[in-house]
Amino acid sequence: MSILEVENLSVSFKSYTDGFKEINHKVISSLSVALEAGEILAVVGASGSGKSLLAHAILGILPSNASISGSIKYKDEELTAARLATLRGKELALVPQSVNFLDPLMRVGSQVRTAANGGDAVSAQRKVFERYHLGKEVENMYPFQLSGGMARRTLLSTAMVSGAKVIIADEPTPGLDPVVIKEALSNFREFADNGCAVMLITHDIESALQIADKIAVFYAGTTVEIASVKDFVGKGEAIRHPYTKALWRALPQNEFIPIPGSQPHPSSLPSGCLFAPRCEMATPECEQAQPEMRELRDGMVRCIHAT
Amino acid sequence: MIKKFPLNRKQRTLVKIIISIIFLVTVILGGVLLDEDKIVTNLSERNSAPSLEHLFGTDWLGRDMFTRTVMGLSLSIGVGLIGAIGSASIALLLGMAAATMGKMADRIISWVIDLFLSVPHLVTLILIAFTLGGGFKGIVIGLTLTHWPSLARVIRAEVMQIRSAEFVQVSQKMGKSRWWIAVHHILPHIVPQLLIGFMLLFPHVILHEAAVTFLGLGLSPHEPAIGIILSESMKYLSSGMWWLAFFPGLCLLIVVRTFDQIGENLRVLMDPTRNHD
Amino acid sequence: MKSVRMVTLLVAICLISFLLVKNSPIDPIQAYIGADMLKVGPEQREKIAEYWGLDEPVIVQFFNWGSAVLAGDLGTSMIYRQPVIEVIGERFFNSLALMLSAWLLSGVVGFVMGVVAAMKKGTWIDRIIKWYCFTLASTPTFWMGLLVLMVFAVWLGWFPIGMGVPAGVLAEDVTLMDRIQHLILPVLTLSILGVANVALHTRQKLIDVMASDYVLFARARGEKGFVLFWRHGLRNVALPAITLQFAAFSELFGGAVLAEQVFSYPGLGQATVEAGLRGDVPLLLGLVIFSTIFVFVGNLLADLSYRVLDPRTREVRK
Ligand SMILES: Nc1ncnc2c1ncn2[C@@H]1O[C@H](COP(=O)(O)OP(=O)(O)OP(=O)(O)O)[C@@H](O)[C@H]1O
Ligand code: SF4
Ligand SMILES: [Mg+2]
Repeated sequence: MSILEVENLSVSFKSYTDGFKEINHKVISSLSVALEAGEILAVVGASGSGKSLLAHAILGILPSNASISGSIKYKDEELTAARLATLRGKELALVPQSVNFLDPLMRVGSQVRTAANGGDAVSAQRKVFERYHLGKEVENMYPFQLSGGMARRTLLSTAMVSGAKVIIADEPTPGLDPVVIKEALSNFREFADNGCAVMLITHDIESALQIADKIAVFYAGTTVEIASVKDFVGKGEAIRHPYTKALWRALPQNEFIPIPGSQPHPSSLPSGCLFAPRCEMATPECEQAQPEMRELRDGMVRCIHAT
Repeated sequence: MIKKFPLNRKQRTLVKIIISIIFLVTVILGGVLLDEDKIVTNLSERNSAPSLEHLFGTDWLGRDMFTRTVMGLSLSIGVGLIGAIGSASIALLLGMAAATMGKMADRIISWVIDLFLSVPHLVTLILIAFTLGGGFKGIVIGLTLTHWPSLARVIRAEVMQIRSAEFVQVSQKMGKSRWWIAVHHILPHIVPQLLIGFMLLFPHVILHEAAVTFLGLGLSPHEPAIGIILSESMKYLSSGMWWLAFFPGLCLLIVVRTFDQIGENLRVLMDPTRNHD
Repeated sequence: MKSVRMVTLLVAICLISFLLVKNSPIDPIQAYIGADMLKVGPEQREKIAEYWGLDEPVIVQFFNWGSAVLAGDLGTSMIYRQPVIEVIGERFFNSLALMLSAWLLSGVVGFVMGVVAAMKKGTWIDRIIKWYCFTLASTPTFWMGLLVLMVFAVWLGWFPIGMGVPAGVLAEDVTLMDRIQHLILPVLTLSILGVANVALHTRQKLIDVMASDYVLFARARGEKGFVLFWRHGLRNVALPAITLQFAAFSELFGGAVLAEQVFSYPGLGQATVEAGLRGDVPLLLGLVIFSTIFVFVGNLLADLSYRVLDPRTREVRK
């Protein structure tokens, strides 16, 4: 059973072009992804593909000029604003992407304590700090006094003390030393094994493959493939989508071939398959319409030629 | 309601600006074209309260207050225009100089800016008015000299930012002269800032002119200035002639507010960071 | 570094004001003697000129005046026939009472208004507060003073029209109540207008803070409403507001000049206007210096409040 289900999500921003024209940038379109209890879903994709926005959309903290459509369900029930208000921070927790998400004028210890639900907040905070090798003096520091890695560990701590059922972690690992990465990732694993769920947003496919169960691949604001980790082996024969294949081949330990071209900007999306301009397998058919997400060999793919 | 106005926010802002400008032009023309006969002494209609014939009432000499007010506003806008143009020119010159003529010039100019910000504006104005013996010249020079610092800072920052931009660096490498760069790259970028700054200066200039004149150190008592009208009205306050002070001040407020609105609306139109909201 | 800058600025201001004043078309001797001018013959004029040192070159006069100022002697006010220092001292007390009350009142009320507007952004309360503030920012101070005077003193008759103390009462007999009563209307005038700046800045700042990443994250942790404001909004918005309020000493002084004039309140502002109108050079110079120092103190306090209150500067020093 899916604990969290995102279906057909679109997010767009209103803005003005140089003249007096008002336009809508669609930065996420018809995106669907589901999170099962007891599993870690890794979300990978290029910078700007909409990963952070998905996380923010789930928690209902998109900026006010964003408009959103589609459905987000938590435990099979629509996640309305009212329902979200009671769940945020209690059952759903976010590990945000950067240090800017810490209040610059509040000691980090207090910030972690405010995230704790019930029980002894102080000892909960100290325990989790110890776990992430944050010294006792850290709790009295202000965010500007933290190194990048310390800040990330603090952000992780806020989610860990909350006792949430679902953690959405937005690139929690860059800048951490391998020991801490391992600690954090095994934390997530342990967390999932206890029947909770983790959405792990990351650039780092390799470490994602080590701990995740499934991988969702984002391209230009939508999912192009959802595959089991097991499919990422050898030359990537089991992988369904051309973009995912290209990503796999681009890894240093594989063929290390970069993908030519770049992801289209939300203001100039192709009318057909979003990947068509860069796809080796593209045919005129691909430019007709955006392919639907379809099931294929126990996974999902958005490509008409995938087999 | 939104259906009735099929304009988006930017277009609505533009319409607001145009309406405001039309209003101000009407006031200026009104001051120039209004019948001067209405403000000759007319002892048979002294001290009358507002009526249909005299919208703003009459004063102790039977002069029509509406006419006096419109003429005063027109004069205020005129003086404000001169002062604001002067201030904006100084700001442009010093702001550009600070940003382009090296560290020393920058230091000196920022020191001068601090100098002007160290003394309360009104005290500076009184001092200058005193030196020049009051009157039109004193007030205009005073207004010009006191209102440029903040705009100069804005322009300095803007120019610095453009200078470090890539396209300017490229032009520099291509051996384009300072002037070429200033005219082709820098000016077009600071014109919007200058325009907005200029519009936002205006209200301050007008209010300070009225204040100094009110204190007796500005325009001479023979001019039909709002400051004069209000300071004269003080003598008649206790006799209950509220209209002498009420309407002229209210109209000054509306004019100043209109300028301020134009400035703010221009900013909404031109500032790219406000494109969302 | 900062203090060096302040000293150079102060010296420059003294020199410039001195030169300006010396070049004024107003005859200092006539200003001194006033209405008795006709009775003064040319020899007496010269004697007075010599007494004031008016026959020496301007730069020598400046140094004479400057060294006297350094020694704490600002000369004698021509209109009040009293040492300038004393005139300023007495009136500063009056003005301080006026400015301080208005400063506190407008600061607190403005801050609360800004906070309410920002937390209710887009609602009618926000619109009313915004409209009110923008309108006030365009309102001539002296006109507001006149309105207040008309409403409370003329129509309602609650307050006397003008004068810092009741006319015809000896200074010693003035009670604290008298003083307070005469203080209320000018303070009201300055406060009504003074809220605009703080309120608008606080509103904008709080809106920025509420849209910041750290407030987003706090919301993602389930914080909302008043708790959210109390934990993250207040601490991030109070400091800029305090600083702004200190940095507004210059406008405060300007406002006091106008309010004192309207309400015939015997403070520094009124003295400045008198000195300007009647050519009291020593007093005018003294007031320029004093108002400059007043502005400096404001800026200094603004800096200091940052040092003490902002952990980003405070902890670094340790
Ligand atoms: N407030 C905003 N207004 C307009 N566009 C935005 C806004 N925030 C994000 N975007 C756009 O949305 C797209 C997706 O952004 P998002 O932050 O989700 O990317 P991401 O996948 O998290 O990238 P990264 O890996 O760099 O964090 C980008 O093209 C970005 O330009
Ligand atoms: S639909 Fe066509 S263009 Fe798109 S990924 Fe598949 S093959 Fe490539
Ligand atoms: Mg991101």
